[in-house]
Amino acid sequence: MKGVYTWCAILAIVFASVVGDVLLAHAMKQVGDVGALRRRSGLVAVIRRTLGNPNFLLGVMAMAVAFFSLLFALSWGDVSLVAPAAASLTFIGNAIAAKIFLHERVDRRRWIAACLVAAGVALLAG
Amino acid sequence: MNLRNYLVLAGVTVFAAAGDSMLSHGMKQVGSISLNHLQGVIFAILNPWVAVGIVLLLAFFATYMTALSWADLTYVLPATSLGYVLLALAARFLLHEHVSPLRWLGIALITGGVGFVAGGPALTEHLDRETAGVTAEGRAAAGVGAVKS
Repeated sequence: MKGVYTWCAILAIVFASVVGDVLLAHAMKQVGDVGALRRRSGLVAVIRRTLGNPNFLLGVMAMAVAFFSLLFALSWGDVSLVAPAAASLTFIGNAIAAKIFLHERVDRRRWIAACLVAAGVALLAG
Repeated sequence: MNLRNYLVLAGVTVFAAAGDSMLSHGMKQVGSISLNHLQGVIFAILNPWVAVGIVLLLAFFATYMTALSWADLTYVLPATSLGYVLLALAARFLLHEHVSPLRWLGIALITGGVGFVAGGPALTEHLDRETAGVTAEGRAAAGVGAVKS
């Protein structure tokens, strides 16, 4: 039964993480290169501009859901299963979501990487 | 990609792995949280390991956001995948959890998969726009040429 709980928590982490990652990546592209921005207008301006971005706030909320799902998962399962399984499935979900929503160029190298990661996840779960 | 960028990526990797390990250790001390007593999650934060884990994950978040401001999501995630190896090592030697040979192989495959991506460009999102821009300029130039001829 603990295994079922753990996997439900892992799936919750993955879904919330993918939504969060896509929103945060989009938000940070809107904010622009943080290093250059800090040199130009200072750290406070960077923080203000980041926190003022609606996509950033929505992304943080999704990440909070993912974080509490992670707390549950870790109390039920081993860290060497939960962390790689959730992070790797998130990686595949992100590859798909980044191509569709962020228009990143997900080429053959990146797809092969996703398949290798999927195989790795299957082994970790077995 | 300069040294500072690689340091940020290394920060993402180390902070994530260390933070997760500390959370795991702390949550094992706290014990299983019952679905009937969800407020147990709030008390979990009082555990020092969980608290330090959260601080480390905040550091992870800051470096992660910095990386995302100049690189693709599908670049940052793989590039920081060395964290899985660090996690396995931490689980084995610090938390004394059992890591079977098959899990080691899984971790190796994941790391290999991500090695595939690391060689490519960090930012592709704007490549398409630039290419489109060049094409548009080319067309404009050709258009000007056509008018001249």
